[in-house]
Formats: sequence, structure tokens, C-alpha cells
Amino acid sequence: MIGSRRQILIRKILVWIALILGACFAGLPVLWMVSSSFKSNLEIFAYPPALIDESFSFQAYEAVLSDPGQLRFFFNSYLVAILVTICTVITSILAGYSLSRYDFRFKKVLSLIIIGVQSVPPITLMIPYFGLIVWLGIYNSYAALVLTYMVFTLSYAIIMMTGYFNTLPRDLDEAVMIDGGGSFVTLWRILVPISLPGIVAVGVYTFMLAWNEFLFALTLTRTNDMRTVPIGIHLLMGQHSFEWNQMLALSVLGSLPVLILFLLFQRYFIAGMSAGSVKG
Amino acid sequence: MVSVSPSDISRSSRIGWEQRKRKFLPYAYLSPTLILLAVLTVVPIVTVFLYSLFDNVIVNPNPPEFVGLENYEEVLTHRKFRAAVGNTLYFALASVIVHFIIGLSFALLLNSRLLGTNVKAFFRVLYILPWVFTASIIAILWRLLMNPHGVINFVLLEVGLIPELLEWLSDRKLAIHSVTFINIWSGYPFYLVSFLAGLQGIPDDLYEAGRVDGGNAWQLFWHITLPQLRPIIISLALLDFIWTIHQFTLVWMTTGGGRNTEVLSTYTYKAAFSSYDYSEASATAMVILAICTFVAIFYVRSQRMADD
Repeated sequence: MIGSRRQILIRKILVWIALILGACFAGLPVLWMVSSSFKSNLEIFAYPPALIDESFSFQAYEAVLSDPGQLRFFFNSYLVAILVTICTVITSILAGYSLSRYDFRFKKVLSLIIIGVQSVPPITLMIPYFGLIVWLGIYNSYAALVLTYMVFTLSYAIIMMTGYFNTLPRDLDEAVMIDGGGSFVTLWRILVPISLPGIVAVGVYTFMLAWNEFLFALTLTRTNDMRTVPIGIHLLMGQHSFEWNQMLALSVLGSLPVLILFLLFQRYFIAGMSAGSVKG
Repeated sequence: MVSVSPSDISRSSRIGWEQRKRKFLPYAYLSPTLILLAVLTVVPIVTVFLYSLFDNVIVNPNPPEFVGLENYEEVLTHRKFRAAVGNTLYFALASVIVHFIIGLSFALLLNSRLLGTNVKAFFRVLYILPWVFTASIIAILWRLLMNPHGVINFVLLEVGLIPELLEWLSDRKLAIHSVTFINIWSGYPFYLVSFLAGLQGIPDDLYEAGRVDGGNAWQLFWHITLPQLRPIIISLALLDFIWTIHQFTLVWMTTGGGRNTEVLSTYTYKAAFSSYDYSEASATAMVILAICTFVAIFYVRSQRMADD
């Protein structure tokens, strides 16, 4: 290329300026939230604002972690998110296997319905859910949350699993079939072990969706011992005096599980994010 | 000589059984999904549709009364409902457009040849960060920043960009823009990630050929990058539009739908759980479903085209 060194240097500087501006846009709000969670409630809106001031302490975290009510939110969130993840992974493996390996009469219609579920607004389902969940006798229970969350996690999970199975050659399972293995044995012994990356992607993404859900957790639970972290934050907000530092500490603690999953399983996480929009 | 031995019969019936099993198996594997979706999607949608045609449904001492499309007529002529439709469309369209611009810019930046692999990896994590946070936490975060005594007002005032402290989330004119901005901040990483995947899928030969033909950077972007990303852009925009219309938590926890920021989802929630007018709520819920289904048809079509 003819571009002189000077030109390349200028372009490099411009790229770095853009890069840092973008980093400020994405990262500064988060940094401010974390730093504010270490301030005393009086200093949150102090003038002039400082990233770290003399009121720095872990007091808000202590308050959250020593409150059994708040810890219960975490327990509930973990339990529900893990149950949703397990159920979604198993169900989507079975469904993905069916859609990837069999040709059957209503395949097109059924896969269309599964894709279409993504577009059903949660708020539309919320009104009948209330009655339905009461009728099923699971109002204000973990079952209510696990089952309703699955409506919104299954769609992606099945699309991702089907896509993953489609990348694996059919010869693999046919070899086992000829040796006398049934279809279930084939799925369990052959396809599942080599699909582990796809399964992890489904699991990580499902966990995040379940951990973050708000609307159904708000409407399908009544007592605080059934409520999850996002609702816990909402409840703190509704109180008369705003305990900003506690709300922020709860927010930071509530973000950690997904943040850690994201950092550990970045590649799988990203695979989950782009599953709906990028073909392949 | 034709003779049928008992073993032949059992074999042929076994083949028949195998064939039936093969026909039945795919449905068996799908059955958990189908049962769940039937009970928790199909039944509720039918129910909410029926509710919308009746008055006095749920928690009402009077017996339900069939009123046909009256609930829809009432809702669609309601001034507040129309305002909610307008707000929702602004919220969704502005979000989709700005998401696209930010997502593509960041993706192009992270795809630059002038940066090392580690630098790219680090900034990629940083840029995706907003996606990790749940809507209720994002709401808290921005209520902190956008507080009249918060850091945003402080910085803008010091720099001289604003003459006085602004009420970002409680000013009737500003609030809808502030909420839209928050949604933009929280949603662009989805585009970024998809565009990064898309950019890596564009073969280098295309750019080589473009350069040989004397194209400059802008021409290469316009004639190669954008057309190559087209399928992704279309499905992203449609999906995002649907998701933004679904958005409830962010609006609910920042403004509660007040201050002229009412969107369809908060309107429906209030009709159901504040006014206990489930008939009206069901009608608006059906309107939201209709909008989303309309957009979803285009989404499914675009996916089909990508598959062919």
C-alpha cells in the first residue's frame, strides 16, 4: 500500500480516540454505579461528585448480605434460573434432535410456531396467565416461574440446538443405528457429548434470560419469600426513603452471576446472542 | 414356490412397527415442547382474545357479557391509548435506528486492522457490557445518573451545554427521549455482536476485487459491506423492533409510564392491575400482539430467504 507511515499513524490515533469514546459510553455508567455503591447514602448526590470519596465503605453490601430477606431473593433467583436452565436444555435437545434428524408431516408448521413464539409479547400472556396459574394451583410458587420462563427460553434454545445438530453429519448417528442402537441411545451417547459447546451456549444464554426476568416474577408471585432479585430491587425502590447505596449494592451483587458467566463463557454467550439474527 | 414362514411374518410386522415408530418418534421428541407451548401460549392467546370480546371478565361481580368489538372501539378511540401508540412507535423506531448506527460503528471499529487481537478482545468485552445487566438494574443505574443532582447534569452544566439542572426523567418533554436513550444504551450490544459475526463472514476476495477496481474505503463500505450485511440488518431490525415493543420493565422502573412516556405495555399493565379493567387490558394486549405478529411475519420471511 502507498499510505505513508504518517498517514497510518494518524489513522491509528483516530481509531484509538473512537475506541476510548466508545469505552466511556459503555463503561462509565457501570463504573459510576459500582463506585456509588461504596458511598454513604448522603454522599450519593454530593456536590461536586467524586468517583471515590471519604465515605467509602462496604456498609451497603453488609446491609444487603446480612438481611435474610434480601438473601432469600438471591436463593430464589439461583434456584429458578438453574431449574429453568436444566429443563430448557433437556427439552431443547429433544426438540432439536427431532427437527434436525427427522422429516415429518407437520415439521414446517411446528418449527414456524416455535420461531413465532419469540414475537408473542409477554404482556399479552400476562393477563390470562394470572387465571391459568391460579387454576393450575401453582400461583406464588417456583413452578409458576419455571414454566412461564420456559415459554421464552425454549424458542431460542430450540433454534440454537437444531442449528447445532444440523452442523453434525448424519453418518454419525446412522452408524450407531445400524449397530442396533435406538434413536434415543444415538442421541444420548453420540450427539449430546459432541454437542457440548452448543449445549453450553444454550445453558448460559438461558440462565441469563431467566435471571433477568421481571414481569412474570412481579405478577405471578405474591409473597416476598418467592421473589427474585429484580423484584427485590423494585421493592427497595418503592420504599419511602431511597436507600440508594443499598439498591446499588443489590444491583451490583445481582449482576455478578451473569457477569461471571459472561466472562467465563464469552464465546458461548456471544453465540447465544447472535443465534436469532445470524444464519448458521 | 411361495411359502411364508412364521419368521417372515414377524419380520414384516416388525418393519411395519419400525415404520410406525419412525413416524411417531419425531412427535414424541417434540412433545414436551408442544405440550408446554399449547398450555402456556396457545390457550392463553385464545383466552385473552375471548376476554377482549366480553365485558366484566375476571374479578367482577357481574356476569361476563358479550360485547363483540366494542372494547376495541373504545380503546382505539381513547386519547391516552393513541398517545401510547405514538410513544411506542417513537420508542421502537428511534431505538432500532440508533442501535443500528452504534452497533455497526462499534463492529467496524473492532474489526479494524490497525488494532491487535488482545486490544480487540478487551474492548469487545467492554462494549458488550450493557447487555449483561437486567432491565431493572439498568433502570436504577440511569435513575442515578439522570437524577437532577446526578453526575450527568453536573458534567453538562460545568461544560456549559445546559443552562440549568434538567429533570431528565420527570420533565414531560424530556422523559420519553431519556427513556429511549436508556433503551439504546442497553440494547446496542446485540447488534454489535451480530455485525461482528457478519463482518467476519465477508470473504476478503470481495474487498481485494473492489480495491483493484479502484474503490476507496467509503465505496467499499457502501458497495460491499452493507449489501453483504443486508440479511443480518433486516432480521436484527425486525427482531429488535418486536423486543422494544415488548419492553415493559425499563419504562415501568424509570418513569412508571408517567410524564408522557406511556407505552403500550405499561398502558396494558395499568389497565389490568391498577384499574382492574381486564376487558380493556385484553383488547390492548391483542393490539400489541397484532403489531408484533405483523412484524414477525416479515421476520420469518427474511429467515426463510436466508435459508434458501
